[in-house]
Amino acid sequence: MRIGVYICHCGGNISDIVNIGEAVEFAKKQKDVVLVRDNGHICSNEGQMLVLSDIREFKLDKIVIAACSPSFQGQTFMKMMERAGLNPYVLEMANIREQCSWAHINYPEEATEKAKDLTNIAISKVRLDTPLSKAKMPIGKRVLVIGGGIAGIQAALDLGDAGFKVYLVEEKPTIGGHMAQLSKTFPTEDCSACILSPKMSDVAAHPNIELLTYSEVIAISGYLGNYNAKIKIKPTYVDPSKCTCCGDCSEVCPVDVPNEFNEGLSFRKAIYIPTDIAVPHSFTLDIENCLGLLPLACAKCRDACDAKAINYDQYEKTMDITVDTIIVATGFDIFNPAEKPVFGFGKYENVLTALQLERLVEHEESGKNLVDIGNKIAFIQCVGSRDEQIKKEYCSRVCCMYATKLAQLLKRNRPERDIYIFYTDLRAYGKGFEEYYKRAQKNGVKYIRGRTAEIQENPKNKKLILKVEDTLTRSLIEGEFDTVILSTGMVPSEGTKKIRDILRIGRTTDGFLAEAHPKFKPVDTLTEGIFLAGTVQGPKDIPDTVAQASAAAARAIRLMNKGEYEAEPITASIDEELCAGCGVCISVCPYDAIAFEAEGARKFAKVNEMLCKGCGSCAGSCPSGAAQQKWFNTEQIKEMLRAIL
Amino acid sequence: MSKKIILDKESAEFTKKIIELSGEIVTLCEQCGTCSGGCPMCDKAETSPSLMMRMAALGQKEILGSDIIWYCASCYTCTVRCPRGIDISKVAEALRQIILRDSVNRIDLSKLTPAELEKLPQIALVAALRKMTG
Ligand SMILES: Cc1cc2nc3c(=O)[nH]c(=O)nc-3n(C[C@H](O)[C@H](O)[C@H](O)COP(=O)(O)OP(=O)(O)OC[C@H]3O[C@@H](n4cnc5c(N)ncnc54)[C@H](O)[C@@H]3O)c2cc1C
Ligand code: SF4
Ligand code: SF4
Repeated sequence: MRIGVYICHCGGNISDIVNIGEAVEFAKKQKDVVLVRDNGHICSNEGQMLVLSDIREFKLDKIVIAACSPSFQGQTFMKMMERAGLNPYVLEMANIREQCSWAHINYPEEATEKAKDLTNIAISKVRLDTPLSKAKMPIGKRVLVIGGGIAGIQAALDLGDAGFKVYLVEEKPTIGGHMAQLSKTFPTEDCSACILSPKMSDVAAHPNIELLTYSEVIAISGYLGNYNAKIKIKPTYVDPSKCTCCGDCSEVCPVDVPNEFNEGLSFRKAIYIPTDIAVPHSFTLDIENCLGLLPLACAKCRDACDAKAINYDQYEKTMDITVDTIIVATGFDIFNPAEKPVFGFGKYENVLTALQLERLVEHEESGKNLVDIGNKIAFIQCVGSRDEQIKKEYCSRVCCMYATKLAQLLKRNRPERDIYIFYTDLRAYGKGFEEYYKRAQKNGVKYIRGRTAEIQENPKNKKLILKVEDTLTRSLIEGEFDTVILSTGMVPSEGTKKIRDILRIGRTTDGFLAEAHPKFKPVDTLTEGIFLAGTVQGPKDIPDTVAQASAAAARAIRLMNKGEYEAEPITASIDEELCAGCGVCISVCPYDAIAFEAEGARKFAKVNEMLCKGCGSCAGSCPSGAAQQKWFNTEQIKEMLRAIL
Repeated sequence: MSKKIILDKESAEFTKKIIELSGEIVTLCEQCGTCSGGCPMCDKAETSPSLMMRMAALGQKEILGSDIIWYCASCYTCTVRCPRGIDISKVAEALRQIILRDSVNRIDLSKLTPAELEKLPQIALVAALRKMTG
């Protein structure tokens, strides 16, 4: 055995703290090590060429790289091994950057000792590493996109255009998500519905997209290339191919329901169409609010419908589909401002959310006022964002700009309006944002730097008094406002929480779903073949959402396009002879990857390597030592421990 | 002319001392003004709580001469609202302690006239004599 050890300086990141010379001398003394070198950046092309030529010249057959985290550059070095004609699994990395020089920045001696230990562990492990091969698996071209907001729409269209079969599942009666509710979009002020509705109809007309609205994914099992999804389809009691959207049915319906599309500012009927741009373009009978079909309590809508589109004999259906990859685009909900009682939302009638204002502004523009909100208007920023008191530390990223937009639209509708935006910090980070902010200031929108402590209502005239300091002059603001708009932040949607449990994917501390790597894998998840698009991953605006959706589509295509993929070989395996059939492994496996198989009267556990994620739970719990984790077998772990004990 | 803020070793030390005494990392303050907006004493005091926090973060000793630290009634309104989770009343208490630890006799009881004693609120007298208790 001829092991080569490389110790990286990482351009000072490591060598400023860890004594490289000492680490090199230490590594030279280890058994089977024939060559030790240090280098400024081993990951650079030059560094890799050095290793490649050493492998040839010194006939190295195993390599240890003491550098950064393998989750950062592991892939780079594994590819390098392939170029050298060596198996990528006879390579080990010792993480002496994140775990030594960075973690122990003030303790150089201890950091050096730890670096030597970690290098020694890697050498001990590599001695027992054996080549592993990646199985080639067939993969098809079917994708499940969950959530039909702009993220899901964009991903579905990109995939459909590229020739992939898409199932787009949306829980509401129409696709479009929050973008369909917006008036205009910052910073260009395109009309939201006008730019969204063509994309929505493209989805409906696309030969490669199967649209399933009013539907929910209720179970998913399987793995990359073979995910099985169970989808529940709710009845709408209206046949979209016959419905002409004349509205005669809702005309006669006696039931009034708060209109969720208008954020409760108006009413709809129990049979309704959420918006003029709804896709599918058809009415839906909302059974929760209907007077009743079983027994038939009213039936006015059916009688009114000339097109005979209404059919009460519809029932919930389920559909089973098999797909190769999944894109999760279940979006966000707005923060519920009732969680901050100091702002009196729900108590004071003139306190509204920004999303309500989006609906108001759109109606105001077309002359169909929902409510008159007066002329003196205050926006309160960061409601539900950047606030430790409600455990929301993050910035929601869109509120500064949407307030800037809404303020200008309000002024355009009525130039005499007086508008104040109370902010903590104004974040105008995106392309064209700073210019847009400046334009609002030029148009007379007043920005006041202070976070509102509370709102009080004048009981006589229902006007609102803000308790807030202008932090720039250190003066308290006095004065009454007709309306206060709460710029509520984004929180992970309820639908996201459901899907997270079904797919068992992780989340970050903010509650949004976690990407596999914040820099290099921003739309992947840690589960192969499952991707994230849009606000499901964290607050973002429409341009970023669309970019991420296209990225998720591209990453999914990358896996499926070749028709086969290489499966990760680090899985568990169970020795049939040793297995006592106790079933402990089955109970601990978090991925349901182990099942019993029988041979005559004897039963033993068997790992489905496609489902196994290599977590090692079974290997750690098997009482007879039959379950072993490839690349981390018991003997290897013992050797790694011996190296430092 | 604008006031000058001197940033030197002394100011850095002063900030450190406030942090040690209060247990609150005053440099976390993002100057949002929530504390001042809700403070029931803010319209009486010359200095607002958020300005007190700023001066503490920059280590400016003049804050010891401000009235807000004595107006502060430790009602905790600021503390339960601060979006950065800072206990601002603890900072005010730390500043009061710094002054009290000097153990200077602020008033000489024997020199107070009966008329003054009549007028002075009890709490003011107690506070004035609260040396060596910090
Ligand atoms: C008041 C306000 C104003 C804004 N203004 C602007 C602006 O001017 N410009 C701009 O760029 N951005 C703006 N934004 C941000 C913009 O709304 C978002 O960037 C965008 O809507 C995100 O799209 P999405 O597809 O990620 O999420 P969503 O729009 O939330 O879509 C998610 C979809 O998934 C569906 N869904 C959820 N769970 C499930 C489930 N389990 N199964 C099936 N379907 C599910 C939902 O019904 C929804 O249709 C604004 C946001 C707000 C709150
Ligand atoms: S059955 Fe009656 S109540 Fe129900 S949707 Fe039809 S008209 Fe409305
Ligand atoms: S509320 Fe907290 S963060 Fe805001 S100014 Fe006061 S101390 Fe600073």
